[in-house]
Amino acid sequence: MVTKKEWLDKFSKSRQLEQKFTTISDADIDPLYTPENLADFDAEKDLGFPGQYPYTRGVQSTMYRGRTWTMRQFAGFGNPKQTNERFHYLLGNGQTGLSTAFDFPTLYGRDSDDVRSRGEVGKCGVAIDTLHDMEILFDRIPLDKVTTSMTINPPAAIVWAMYLAVAEKQGVTWDKVGGTIQNDMLKEFIAQKTWIFPPQPHLKIITDILAFASENVPRWNTISISGYHIREAGSTAVQELAFTLGDGMTYVRAGIDAGLDPDVFAPRLSFFFNAHSDFFEEIAKYRAARRIWARFMKEEIGAKDPRSWLLRFHTQTAGCSLTAQQPLNNIVRTTIQALSAVLGGTQSLHTNSMDETLALPTERAVQVALRTQQIIAEESGVTNTIDPLGGSYFIESLTDRMEAEALAYIRKIDEMGGMLKAIENGYPQTEISKAAYHYQRQVESNEKTVVGVNKYVNDEPIDLDLLYIDEQVEKDQIASLQKVKSERDNAAVDRALAELKRAAVEGRNVMPPILDCVRRYASLGEMVNTLRDVYGEYQDPAYL
Amino acid sequence: MKRTIRILVGKPGLDGHDRGAKIVARALRDAGYEVIYTGLHQTPEMIVNTAIQEDVDAIGLSILSGAHNHLFPEVIRLLKDKGVDDIVVFGGGIIPEQDIAGLKEAGVAAVFTPGTTLQAIVDFIESNVANRTI
Repeated sequence: MVTKKEWLDKFSKSRQLEQKFTTISDADIDPLYTPENLADFDAEKDLGFPGQYPYTRGVQSTMYRGRTWTMRQFAGFGNPKQTNERFHYLLGNGQTGLSTAFDFPTLYGRDSDDVRSRGEVGKCGVAIDTLHDMEILFDRIPLDKVTTSMTINPPAAIVWAMYLAVAEKQGVTWDKVGGTIQNDMLKEFIAQKTWIFPPQPHLKIITDILAFASENVPRWNTISISGYHIREAGSTAVQELAFTLGDGMTYVRAGIDAGLDPDVFAPRLSFFFNAHSDFFEEIAKYRAARRIWARFMKEEIGAKDPRSWLLRFHTQTAGCSLTAQQPLNNIVRTTIQALSAVLGGTQSLHTNSMDETLALPTERAVQVALRTQQIIAEESGVTNTIDPLGGSYFIESLTDRMEAEALAYIRKIDEMGGMLKAIENGYPQTEISKAAYHYQRQVESNEKTVVGVNKYVNDEPIDLDLLYIDEQVEKDQIASLQKVKSERDNAAVDRALAELKRAAVEGRNVMPPILDCVRRYASLGEMVNTLRDVYGEYQDPAYL
Repeated sequence: MKRTIRILVGKPGLDGHDRGAKIVARALRDAGYEVIYTGLHQTPEMIVNTAIQEDVDAIGLSILSGAHNHLFPEVIRLLKDKGVDDIVVFGGGIIPEQDIAGLKEAGVAAVFTPGTTLQAIVDFIESNVANRTI
């Protein structure tokens, strides 16, 4: 019987490729993992069973034997009618949930006729100004049957109120309405960089939403604590894990400080991770995330309800990994990434389309992306057994290591005085931009391979039909907003906006007055401007 | 003596995708230029004012939201208005092929789309900015 030492001896004397063996995040990987790597590993304590603490193997006891993940393609462009048509197309092709992309003016709380919105309307997502637009967006979509995720952050309270108002108009009571608002402002300051007010008022509105949802919309996921954008901004896998969970911990403490019971709001927190190209690193990341969160919620926060310990998450494949060159290769990248999310136990998944480095996806491209998920779910056989990689020496070692490295980051942030302080100091922002630059340098020096970019390059022209958003969309949307403004009861709108301002000044929960403004067809920009008067505006500190 | 080239890296518009702008800013700095980064969510007026205050030789604009057709020409128009249209303007981001000719006609010296290397941007500065400012 050969010992590991003897094997290693033989290995190191043999010829090996002259390259570093590292993950895409530049973490060193050993040539072989053996039981020795798991000397301190306690399968009962560190692994448990699916649906059992610490949930390393998955949050449900049945996982995909009980229900396949939700297939939820992020969609939105042009005006509400165009996006409504895309929603029906996706549902007609077997998609099981909706996910809404808003345009930049909407994400940033500006109306389509705002001077800062010029050239942006309907470009990166759908334009929403008033409840009227939201009624068109969800036309013929029963909100008691379909759940909707909305990627909306600074004005999340307002857009959510619009969705709830549409449900009212459909005669659907709020206890039957399910879905998610992203509503994760900390990662906005760290990575995605859409903000309106300074961090403190944003955090206050988030706690208002937590309180309102737990009383009125019990099936709603109130924050989608997101690592996706952190990773897209260039972080490593461990940074994504650490900053995302650090943000989650900050929200839980903020909720408790606002007088809320964690067992009331924590079960409605969900997470959102990136699926990047390094297959095993990603799988280990999801498993480590579940374990860190469960231990934090149970042991540090003392939450009693097991539902508070669960890290449920959505995954999106990595947009930043896709290449403009040889775009059909992106289908393969997305497939590998999606498979890592499934083997990591995701609850819902978006697969990117092959053309997304160039434009928003065409119907044809998005259909291939959706079919990729359907093939994984229904042809590949990977859903037959739960956590099939559990117990692998490599996967368990990597899970342990990523957990330890993420916890070290989280401790460092705690020592800085918490995540808000760390963000003020530009700490996560500069860690990410350093990592992004480091990776780009590695690609340019051919230390990291990107097929079609720095290896196997050809000069074939890009031959894809692309979606093009016409400038007419902006003109039509402005005309539609003006029509709504001329037909509504403007005196009632003014009164509702004045009451919203009073609530903000007095520190009351802003959800009820926002709902009142929404029902009277006040515009997104009018509500945000009212709140901006009270809360002030945040400026980019421009950390390089 | 040749003075160091000064470049403003600007983020016009509402999108928050600053990964590319920051990587380009760092690469230009490493290539020996003086780089000023505006930060996000700048109006064309803010960018042009900063360019004049900082006395830059070139402006690199990054945009990934699709608003380039409005914002790039607007920056160039304002530079002309203020009589500083000797500043070289280049840009990058998710810019459809069919928009590039129009942007160049409006006065954008180069448009860098996804997949561009940092070296290509440095080379552009070397041949189009460095060689003309003495």
